[in-house]
Amino acid sequence: MRVDITVRVDGAGHRLTVDTRTTLLDALREQVGNTAPKKGCDHGQCGACTVLLDGRRVLSCLVLAVTADDTEVVTARGLAADGSVHPVQRAFVERDALQCGYCTPGQVCSAVGMLDELASGWPSHATGDVTARPEPTDAEIAERMSGNLCRCGAYTNIVAAVRQAAGRR
Amino acid sequence: MTDLLRPKAIGQSMNRRDGIGKVTGTVPYAYEADVDAPAYCHPVQATIARGRVIEVDTAPAEALDGVIAVLTPGNAERLADTDDAELAVLQDDTVAFRGQFVGVVIAESPQIARAAASLVRITYAEQSHDVRLSADRTDLYRPDKVNPAFETDTAQGDVAAAMASADVTVEQTYTTAMYHNNPMEPHATVARWDAADGGRLTLWDSTQGVHPLRKAVAGVFGLAADQVRVICPFVGGGFGSKGTPHAHVVLAALAARALPGRAVKLALTRQQMFAVVGYRTPTIQRMSLGAGRDGRLTAIALDVVEQTSRIKEFAEQTALPTRMMYAAPNRRTTHRLAALDVPVPTWMRAPGECPGMFGPEVAMDELAEALGVDPVELRVRNEPDRDPETGLPFSSRNLVACLREGARRFGWAERDPRPGARRDGRWLVGAGVAASVYPVHRMPESTALIRFAADSYVVEIGAADLGTGTWTTLPQIAADALDVPVDQVAVRIGDTAYPMASVAGGSSGMATWGSAVVEAARAFRAKFGADPADGDEVDADVPANTAQQRYAMYAFGAQFVEARVDVDTGEIRVPRLTGVFAAGRIVNPVTARSQFIGGMTMGLSMALHENSVLDPRFGHVVNHDFAEYHIATNADVGDIDVHWLDEHDPHVNPMGTKGIGEIGIVGTAAAVANAVHNATGVRVRDLPVTLDKLLPHLP
Repeated sequence: MRVDITVRVDGAGHRLTVDTRTTLLDALREQVGNTAPKKGCDHGQCGACTVLLDGRRVLSCLVLAVTADDTEVVTARGLAADGSVHPVQRAFVERDALQCGYCTPGQVCSAVGMLDELASGWPSHATGDVTARPEPTDAEIAERMSGNLCRCGAYTNIVAAVRQAAGRR
Repeated sequence: MTDLLRPKAIGQSMNRRDGIGKVTGTVPYAYEADVDAPAYCHPVQATIARGRVIEVDTAPAEALDGVIAVLTPGNAERLADTDDAELAVLQDDTVAFRGQFVGVVIAESPQIARAAASLVRITYAEQSHDVRLSADRTDLYRPDKVNPAFETDTAQGDVAAAMASADVTVEQTYTTAMYHNNPMEPHATVARWDAADGGRLTLWDSTQGVHPLRKAVAGVFGLAADQVRVICPFVGGGFGSKGTPHAHVVLAALAARALPGRAVKLALTRQQMFAVVGYRTPTIQRMSLGAGRDGRLTAIALDVVEQTSRIKEFAEQTALPTRMMYAAPNRRTTHRLAALDVPVPTWMRAPGECPGMFGPEVAMDELAEALGVDPVELRVRNEPDRDPETGLPFSSRNLVACLREGARRFGWAERDPRPGARRDGRWLVGAGVAASVYPVHRMPESTALIRFAADSYVVEIGAADLGTGTWTTLPQIAADALDVPVDQVAVRIGDTAYPMASVAGGSSGMATWGSAVVEAARAFRAKFGADPADGDEVDADVPANTAQQRYAMYAFGAQFVEARVDVDTGEIRVPRLTGVFAAGRIVNPVTARSQFIGGMTMGLSMALHENSVLDPRFGHVVNHDFAEYHIATNADVGDIDVHWLDEHDPHVNPMGTKGIGEIGIVGTAAAVANAVHNATGVRVRDLPVTLDKLLPHLP
C-alpha cells in the first residue's frame, strides 16, 4: 500500500509517496536523499538513526514514514545552517568525540535533544533528587547518551563534548 | 637505523580534517554512493547448519511486483576462481554453516527485496552438524601456520621438568568468548557492471583496503585488475571484519553482472553480520607458569585450543605474546584447532594479542598472589633483556617504564593486596593491572604519489581511514617529509584510482603508508628541488625495513583498572582505567588519544559484556543483535586516563611510529578480571566477567 505524506526535513518541504512499510529512516535516506541519519541496526538498538521529530529525539528506524505526515524533521545535516555548525557539533569536533563518524550524526541529534530535555527538567536514572532541576553532570550526560552506541569507543570524549556544549568546561 | 624526520607537524594536536563532514552527516559511506536508479538486493540465508540444497522454489518471490531477479545456486554465474570457499557464493548446493548465502533477491526497492527474500522456498537435505568447541575433542588438529604465517608451536628447554621442580606454579585454564566485530556501519556494497569495452566493475564497498579487495574480486571473477575499481573514502568502523573480503561483496557483484549498466545496492542487516562477515574465535587457554621463591619465572607454557570453519581455515595466533613477553629458560606454545560447521572466523582488533594476553596476564596475577609479590613488581622482575625466543634485541622496550608511570598515575600504592579487603558502602573495591603489547608491522607493498599543483602538494595513496585519522595524520607526515606547512598538503585516499596501498590492519597503516609517503617526498625533492613547477610528480614504494631482521619490534603498555562490585547484587562497575603506552612517536595526540581510549573501551566491553552465544542445536548465534550482544554503552564507561611515554625508536621507520590502533585492547580484559578478583576474592577465568560468576562467592 502506498500513501502520500508531506514532511519538512531540515527546513524544506517534501511530498512523498511512501510504501506503508517504509520507515522514516528509509524515507529520509532513499527518497529525500538525506543520508545524515545512519542505519546501524534498523531495530532501535543503536541510535545511529536519531533525528529530531517536532523537536524531540526519536529513532527514525522505529517511526513509520506514514505516521510522520505533517511533521518537522531535523537531521544532523540540518543542525548546521548557513555554513556554521551547531555548538554541539563544534564541541564534537573540538573534543574529538568521534572516530569513524558513522554513529556521529545520531549522537549529535541525541545530544541536542537530550540537552533540551535536561533544560526542561526531565529527570533520568542518574538524577539524585527527581524534584530538583537536573544538572548536566557527567553522570547525567553518560546516562542520557546511552541510547547511542559507539563501537569506536568515543564515549569519554562524547561526554566531554556534550559537557562543553552545555556550558560546563 | 633510519634518519627520523624532524617533527614539526608530526606531534601537533590537530582536529580531524573530516570532522565537520562527520558531525553533519555529509561524508559518504559505501551504501550512500551517488548512483542513478539503483536496484536493491536482499540475501537469502541457509536455515540449516550442514547439508545440501535440494530444490529452490523462487516462483512466489518472483511473482511479487517489483522483483527483478532471484539468483540461486542453480542460475548464478559460474565464478572463475572458487579456491576461497568463503567467496565461492552460489557455486554449488553445499551448506557449510547456518546463515550461509543460498540466494539473493534483486528488486526495485529494499522493502520488496526483503519481502521477496522471505518468500524463497528452499528444500534441504539436512545432515547432522557439530559446532561444539572443547579441548577434549579427539579431532583437534595442528594447523601448518597461525595467522598470518607464524610457527604453530614453539618450545625451548624442558617445561615439564621445570614445572615439577618450581617452588610455585600456576596451572589453570582460561577461556575467551566468541566475539563479533560489529562496526557501527553494517557491511555494504554498491556494485555496477558496465559491459562495454570488455566490461568494468565498480564497487563502492565498506572496506579496510580498496586495493586488496580489488585483487580478490578480480581474481574471483577472472577480470584484470584494471577492470575493477573500488571506492571507499570513509569506513564506518571495521576492527578487522572489513579487512578481508566476505561473501556479500561477491553476491553484490554477481547481482550487478546480472543487471548490466544498473547499480545494485546490498547492505547487510545487523543480524546477518553475525553469520557472514567473520568473528573472533573463542579460545581455550591452558596456561602453565613456574617460578622460584624469588619471583623469577622458570617455565612459561600456553596451549591454545580454538575453532575454525570446515570450509576455510583461520588459525588465530593466540599464543604469540607468550613467546616474547617475559623471560624464562623453559617455554612452550601450541595451537590446536577444531574445524566445525561454523561461519568463517577472521581478524578482530589485535587478533592473537587480544585474547592471548587474557590467560597469561591473569595467570601472572595468580602467580603474584601465590608468591606474595606485587603484580607490577612480578612483571618487572621477569623483564627479558632480549626477545626470549629469537634472541634479538628489542628496538626499544619500555614496558617497565609504562608499569611504573601507570602505577604512579593510578595510585597503585594505595591498593590493598588482600582480596576483598576494601569496602566503600555497598561496594567492594579493587584494583588490577595487566600489560599490553603489539608488534610493529610494516606491509611489503604500498606506493605513494606526490604531485605539486597550484602552490600545494597532493598526496595520492589508496589507503583507508576507518576512524583512525588517516585523512589528518598522513598530511602531517607528508608536511614534515616535504618540509612544508601542513595546510599546504592535501591527501587523496580510499580509491583504487590512487596507487596501491596495503590493508588497514595489524596497526600497520602509518608505518607502511607513511614510509611510502616519506620515500616519495624524498624522491620528489631529489628530482624537483625546493621550487617545483605545476604538474611535477613522482611516486615511490615503501622500502623494506632491514632492521626487522636485527631487532624485535614491539609497542608496550600497562593498564590499571579500578573495579567496584556490589556486595549484594554482584553488579560490576569500572569507574576508571589508566593506560600508559610506549608506542614510538605519536603523530597526532588528538586522534591517537581517541585510538587508545577506543581500544581500552572495547577491551572493557570484552571484559564485562560481549559474548556471542552459539546455539549447539541450530548452529547460529542466538543473540544476534545489539539488544542481546551487549557492547559497552556510554554509562558503562567511566574515566579513562591515557598517557604515553616520549619514546624515540630509530629502527622502526622514518616517522618513529609503532602503530597504535590495536594495543589499547590488549590486556584490558585481564586487568579488569584482576581488579574484580582484588575487589572480591573471586577469580573469574572465563570471559565475560559477569555477576552470575561472582554471586555464589560474595561475602
